[in-house]
Amino acid sequence: METIFYTLQDFLTHSKGITYLIMGGILVFMPLYWLFLTDRDEKKETY
Amino acid sequence: MTISRRKFLGWFGGGLSATAVSAAGTAMAGGNHHFEGHPDTMGVLHDISRCIGCRKCEEACNRVNELPKPEKPFDDLSVLDKKRRTHASYYTVVNRFEVDSKPVFVKKQCNHCMEPACASACFVRAFQKTPNGPVVYDESVCVGCRYCMIACPFNIPAYEYDDALSPAVTKCTLCAPRIQKGQLPGCVESCPKEALIFGNRKQLIKIARERINKYPERYIDHIYGEHEMGGTSWLYISNVAFSKIGMREDLGTTSAPQLTSGPLAAVPIVVGLWPVLLTGIYAISQRKDKVAAEEQAEAVASAKAAADEEMKQQIAGVKKQAAKEKEAAIKKEVKKALEAAAKEAEEKNAEAPEKKEE
Amino acid sequence: MEQTSRISLRPLITPFNMILGIIIAMGCIITILRFTGGLAAVTHLDDNNPWGIWIGFDLLCGVALAAGGYTTSAACYIFGLKRFHAAVRPAILTAFLGYALVVLALHYDVGRPWRLPFPIFWQQGTTSLLFEVGLCVFLYLSVLFVEFTPAAFEWLGFSKIRAFIVKLTLVLTILGVVLSTLHQSSLGALYTIVPSKLHPLWYSGYLPVYFFVSSIFAGLSMVIFEGSLAHKYLHHKMDETHIKEAHGVILGFGKSASFIMAGYLAIKIIGLSVDNNWHYLFTDYGAWFLIELIGFVALPSFVYAIGVREKNIRLIQWTSLWTVFGIVLNRFNVSLIAFNWQLSSAERYFPGWMEIAISLFIVAIGIVAYRLATHFLPILHEHPEYQAH
Repeated sequence: METIFYTLQDFLTHSKGITYLIMGGILVFMPLYWLFLTDRDEKKETY
Repeated sequence: MTISRRKFLGWFGGGLSATAVSAAGTAMAGGNHHFEGHPDTMGVLHDISRCIGCRKCEEACNRVNELPKPEKPFDDLSVLDKKRRTHASYYTVVNRFEVDSKPVFVKKQCNHCMEPACASACFVRAFQKTPNGPVVYDESVCVGCRYCMIACPFNIPAYEYDDALSPAVTKCTLCAPRIQKGQLPGCVESCPKEALIFGNRKQLIKIARERINKYPERYIDHIYGEHEMGGTSWLYISNVAFSKIGMREDLGTTSAPQLTSGPLAAVPIVVGLWPVLLTGIYAISQRKDKVAAEEQAEAVASAKAAADEEMKQQIAGVKKQAAKEKEAAIKKEVKKALEAAAKEAEEKNAEAPEKKEE
Repeated sequence: MEQTSRISLRPLITPFNMILGIIIAMGCIITILRFTGGLAAVTHLDDNNPWGIWIGFDLLCGVALAAGGYTTSAACYIFGLKRFHAAVRPAILTAFLGYALVVLALHYDVGRPWRLPFPIFWQQGTTSLLFEVGLCVFLYLSVLFVEFTPAAFEWLGFSKIRAFIVKLTLVLTILGVVLSTLHQSSLGALYTIVPSKLHPLWYSGYLPVYFFVSSIFAGLSMVIFEGSLAHKYLHHKMDETHIKEAHGVILGFGKSASFIMAGYLAIKIIGLSVDNNWHYLFTDYGAWFLIELIGFVALPSFVYAIGVREKNIRLIQWTSLWTVFGIVLNRFNVSLIAFNWQLSSAERYFPGWMEIAISLFIVAIGIVAYRLATHFLPILHEHPEYQAH
């Protein structure tokens, strides 16, 4: 990704685009990681 | 307790986004980047002192862009009696101002900013600063939200409010197709007084600087557009103060993308950290509930045990009491019997002496 | 269950319903005008004032006042305050209807509503705070819809899928808070791009924080206010738990709102100080700013506190309405009154009657939908087969 950015607008368009994708990934990853972390906890009653 | 936790969260969240947000746009998404714009950006220099208000530029713009003819023709200068702004199908307007009893004429149109607010604001990327200079608008994706009109500090974009099905945003295009072909923008070409010069922006700034230096009594010592809102491709030099001819001097030099970069930077931090914080609060409140339930169960159990114990003691006490009472009762009976027997014996004795005496 | 699913025999021709009917009829007619004559035929919008009350009220106020959904579900499920449980479903219903109606309102305001999916699915303007708003509102509306479905599934008897969705409650609630934080604050951030057009007393780098924090007590106040209305007019739909928990909700939410408003007052003052804007307080706009801040934030916060201390339910209920007005005032100030403050009075915007009629039309639809939902679905009462979810 060696394209030069001449304007802040271009830079932000590029960086924010990637950032939004990463945000989506975080929202998927975190619940999965939580399940992994609490897998072996003693079971709690749920309704 | 839990309510102070919510407050804490509100503060913490506020603190986080506040640190990411700047009060005056000095923070940038974490880094220290500097952008100079495309090196070959073209621009237009408008020498306000040369403008005579003939409106030939307006006429050329209308012709070149094939816009609908206005009510009053372009040579009708009475139009200048009222201040106008750009409007649907009016990409540029000339206004007349009276300064020190002398008329001053200024042309207004899209300034083709180096860091356009409209491009920053548009949520479908309908605006783009092209390497050549023009900020172009793509009608084919425009949703018509009009945030670009809110964002533009110069109040340039106009909207086709009358159109029910295909309303578009309208503004000067810097004749992008024409300059691609090496032609001049329509307005520049038609100006009889060379109040408009088209060229490389950096060159134009040099020319403007030279002109100001050469005629210091004629020009205000300021190139409008050199730094305003991060710099514009349309530059102005003037013989009167800019604020007197409808050009705001309080816009500052911070570009729109920079103004919003703070809030934008806070967004992904919320996504990264809020789930952790909120899950943490949940886990703590669950644990608290669990401990409370355990403590309660324990309290109930020990209360029950204590009650049982007390009950046992009471029963033992009652038993003891009963035994005591029984013993006492027996003793009493025995005593009674003994007394009765003694009494009987006494009575017998009393009878016996009486018999002897007879 | 028998009683609630049959149409009640209460007469439908009440004065209130007649007014709703007229508003809805007018709304339909104006809708036709809007889409045949364009925005010019129906609004007072112009090139200097591209956003009017459809943005200032329907979008900004609508979203702020629908915040009861995320605040109530967060209180109950994340903070574990189970005594607020009965308030969750009505709050989620209100939020879901609220956001759905915001999207409906946007169909009137934008020039080409059929292109509304464009920013998300076709070409993303990722530098735009409006993109942020659009994406998060879209996602959050989906979350709210899912959170709403258990009530509908109970009514329909789809117990398996209902059970599955109920398992997702915590994840949905957390996602709801994340998305709400983002779009509530981004609505404020929309205006960070125009320091030159928004009066310095309202413009601040902290606008996103202000909008987010105020959305919290806006939501809490709306839950109190709507709950009070529901108690008066929909009492026959409520079960014992709901009625019993009502006062606890009012006291608890009143207490939180009071404290959060105090924090909001503090950060507003900090904003003044950070930008050194004290001198503006002595102008006309300054007086108006103080009316908003003292009259509609500081005072209601204090009166909430009195209501909580004295356990005065009535006082808290009136204060919730007062606070709601304060939120509306703030959003109007930022978007319509303090915005473009430098234009001459001839150039300023005032809504046209048809714009107002459409806004009322949208609110009327919301009221009708709410009443239908609470009539047929287990919102204000628990479904006998699905106890204590």
